[in-house]
Amino acid sequence: MSARLVRLLGRGFLHALLVVVALVWLVPTFGLFLTSLRSAPDNNSGGWWTVFTRPAQLTLDNYENLVKNESIFDGFVNTVLIAVPSTLLVVGIAALAAYAFAWLEFPGRDWLFLGVVALLVVPVQIGLIPLSELFGTLGIMGTVTGVVLFHVAFGLPFAIFLLRNFFAAIPASLLEAARIDGGRDWTIFFRVILPLGLPAIASLGIFQFLWVWNDLLIALIFADRDSQPLTVALQQQTRSFASSVDVISAGSFLSLIVPLAVFFAFQRYFVQGVLAGSVK
Amino acid sequence: MANPVTKGAPARPAAHRGRAGLTRAGFLLPALVLLGLLVVYPIGYTAWRSLFDADGTAFVGLDNYAEMFTDGATYTALRNNVVWVVVAPSVITVLGLVFAVLTERVRWGTAFKTIMFMPMAISFLAAGVIFTLVYDHAPEKGVLNAIATGVHDTWEAPSPYPGARPREGGPLKASGGGAEASARPGEAALLPLVAVSPETQDGLRAAAPAAPEPGALTGTVWVDFAPGGAGEPGRIDPGEKGMKGVVVQAVAGGKVVASATTGPDGTFRLAGVSGDAQIRLPAENFAPRYGGVEWLGPGLVTPSIIGAYVWMWAGFAMVLIGAGLAAIDRDVLEAARTDGASEFQVFRKITVPMLAPVLVVVVVTLVINVMKIFDLVYVLAPGPVQQDASVLALQMYVRSFGGSDSDQGLGSAIAIVLFLLVLPAMIFNIRRFRRENT
Repeated sequence: MSARLVRLLGRGFLHALLVVVALVWLVPTFGLFLTSLRSAPDNNSGGWWTVFTRPAQLTLDNYENLVKNESIFDGFVNTVLIAVPSTLLVVGIAALAAYAFAWLEFPGRDWLFLGVVALLVVPVQIGLIPLSELFGTLGIMGTVTGVVLFHVAFGLPFAIFLLRNFFAAIPASLLEAARIDGGRDWTIFFRVILPLGLPAIASLGIFQFLWVWNDLLIALIFADRDSQPLTVALQQQTRSFASSVDVISAGSFLSLIVPLAVFFAFQRYFVQGVLAGSVK
Repeated sequence: MANPVTKGAPARPAAHRGRAGLTRAGFLLPALVLLGLLVVYPIGYTAWRSLFDADGTAFVGLDNYAEMFTDGATYTALRNNVVWVVVAPSVITVLGLVFAVLTERVRWGTAFKTIMFMPMAISFLAAGVIFTLVYDHAPEKGVLNAIATGVHDTWEAPSPYPGARPREGGPLKASGGGAEASARPGEAALLPLVAVSPETQDGLRAAAPAAPEPGALTGTVWVDFAPGGAGEPGRIDPGEKGMKGVVVQAVAGGKVVASATTGPDGTFRLAGVSGDAQIRLPAENFAPRYGGVEWLGPGLVTPSIIGAYVWMWAGFAMVLIGAGLAAIDRDVLEAARTDGASEFQVFRKITVPMLAPVLVVVVVTLVINVMKIFDLVYVLAPGPVQQDASVLALQMYVRSFGGSDSDQGLGSAIAIVLFLLVLPAMIFNIRRFRRENT
């Protein structure tokens, strides 16, 4: 009887604890959302929680102004222009290489792949100074192209690693069947590898997209005023945070709603990517 | 029929092998070119560049590496990096382990995991903005300080008149945060104060002079400021408010001999005072309001930013460890429970050891990522304390691309140090990979 009571109390405590923790994890983002729905004067005179007592403060003005705000709007467009090609290129180039590493025989294959594994953890900081010089020489410093190239290069090791491991697990009999039917390497790649590798490709694509979408450091260095993505545009606004809390809160919410949408739409692939991609 | 070449042909003709070789190169070439030119070559270049001075002209040997320890800001960054690498991964892993185990026991565990995992998807910039709001020093704006002041004021009632002070030229003299005036029993004292906020005055009633009383100190404490400025200093004018709830003490010979609290009209009566005495309004009446914790001040900024990082990454640890838990054989746990082991014993003696490989992966991943932490510090640390909060990656950015006094020699050295720090992880990866593939 008393043991059951203890267990019951324990369960109540467990639920209460988890509810509190869940709130701690939700409230900060929720606070940003409510902040973005209030005018700058309201935000400067009181916290977002005052909307519970004075709901009349809620307004969509900040989002309306965002569309008119050139640096934020251009930043959003640039973010798309950087994130989409980076993702497609990484997925495409890595899929080709991963297939070669998994299924084609050539001298030095295993050593080359070990090299790719070694590159998994190379910090991007290694590339900042040399590539800013190299891109300067090539005339792509401060352009979307430069930012994309950087992301593609430093995204490749993980991408190849992830896809190669997945491709290698495809049953050899399927590839053999295609070969016997007269398929060449290219045909096998498109007809067998890509369709069967789709889950891994989706994981990788989501991961790469989020990584690039969320990047600040690389864009800070390799983009200029005309090619800067949303993160950089917002970062510059934060330097004068108090005066532009309306722009920053709404802009930040805009910048995080896309990753969140991707996260909820493809949660399964996202988690798979995380599971496969640890120790990057 | 269309493809007679491959049919049953164990060895392909030589010409074909050549073409196959080309195809294979075609698969691999783009990746190898990009990796070679944009990742491998920069490693060598950065290492080489780190041996030269700021201009890149004079060879300075290992001076840039020595400078990391002598240059104050870079050394601070190095120290902070150590704090980050020690604290963040361990806190995150422990939280991840605890919540992975706990969520297995509730039906809405999946929902909980989703909530905790969500911050993984957003950028450090957005997280930085989110936590700038959370950590805002002003209690009426920052949610954390709103809670802190709320809790504080529940335990310790806030002073009734923060910031109020004696009227200049009046009988009261400021002393030690409070105020004092000399007084004689049998006379009603007038104790004028100013600097009481209008909101506080709203709740007050009109002041009234106290009745003189032999053998007692009486008087009035009031706001000596009539709206519109019509009043005369030192006199109770119409419209001036009495200050209720002020603690008044009589001090004789350095000791408190009587104590009272003012009434709604600001009057007080200290009985049993025979000779001359001092009237004291202690400092606790005017103590400034508790302002909360300075989360992003120089002292707490690194722990606060680590807190934001934990918020972002705890879900990662939890999901990874959760996947590891799911793979544990339930029968082993059940057997232990049947043998009479307590839940905690099962956790300590079976679950954790069986999870060890997963835990290692989680910690190593976190260490690698924490080592390179940049954005969150850059966005969250306010300008004046950025140096106090700096980390290696931030210092590398500031020193390499920070404008006029930039030094890409030192920047390269920092980058190489970051690279060397992840080398053990690189070796760990390679060994793990070779083990799994032989």
